[in-house]
Amino acid sequence: MRLDRELTCAQLVEVITDYLEGALAPVDVERVEEHLVFCDGCTTYLEQMRATVAMAGRLRAEDIPPELQERLLGTFREWRRL
Amino acid sequence: MEPGERRLIEALRAGDESAFMTLTGEYGPMMLRVALMYVSTRAVAEEVVQEAWIGVLKGIGRFEGRSSLKTWIFRILTNTAKTRAQREGRSVPFSALASGEADGEAVDPDRFLGDGERFAGHWGAPPRRWGPEERLVSAEAQQVNDASIERLPPAQAAVITMRDVEGLDAEEVCNALDLTETNQRVLLHRARSKVRQALEEYMQ
Ligand SMILES: [Zn+2]
Repeated sequence: MRLDRELTCAQLVEVITDYLEGALAPVDVERVEEHLVFCDGCTTYLEQMRATVAMAGRLRAEDIPPELQERLLGTFREWRRL
Repeated sequence: MEPGERRLIEALRAGDESAFMTLTGEYGPMMLRVALMYVSTRAVAEEVVQEAWIGVLKGIGRFEGRSSLKTWIFRILTNTAKTRAQREGRSVPFSALASGEADGEAVDPDRFLGDGERFAGHWGAPPRRWGPEERLVSAEAQQVNDASIERLPPAQAAVITMRDVEGLDAEEVCNALDLTETNQRVLLHRARSKVRQALEEYMQ
């Protein structure tokens, strides 16, 4: 994707994941960063996206349902007998 | 192959129960979530996970470590799930599922100034800063985050879980789910945007 020289906020929020993922061309990274310099709304938006990613990482890993773990163990013991 | 992974594989081959429990405990929940993208019920998803582990055990003797163990296990899982979905008559290929979930905007278009305005496309209703930090790290905010991931369409839920919750990298997720890089990124973008939106509503 090629970005316009002057990004709008509506465009920036759609390329923000590409930006965070390092998937933008260098010239487009510059455009995003130029926009961020003067735009408080988008700067806040970017902070919030980073906070969102960080929060997902703090989700406690779910436990495996015990009855499934039990079943899997049964499968394992059967396999070991073979 | 990293030494820890090599030890785990050798233990598994040797029939070490605790190695098996470690692996199923670590990957089981994520495997269930991925299986749920393909099949209709939790019960069937659990069967898919079980079937996948049978495949893992049958194949572990021949596993050469050309990909990581995790990627290999998830490959087996997605193949098992696809086969099962076909038998169930739900033969929606994942790529179709994924592209159906690629539409939509990250932010409600009404929050930007309209075409007639001087700064068209710029924020009309910009996001407000989320303070204080304590509120954001509260158990309640964490629950909002969790619940909004649960509500996502299945492909988005799987991608954000693997990437942001479990910390797999983009390549691992593309391999495991058979997605192109672009598709993976679009799904991640949709998912993160919606979770941010839910958090914004909560923080206001
Ligand atoms: Zn902006």
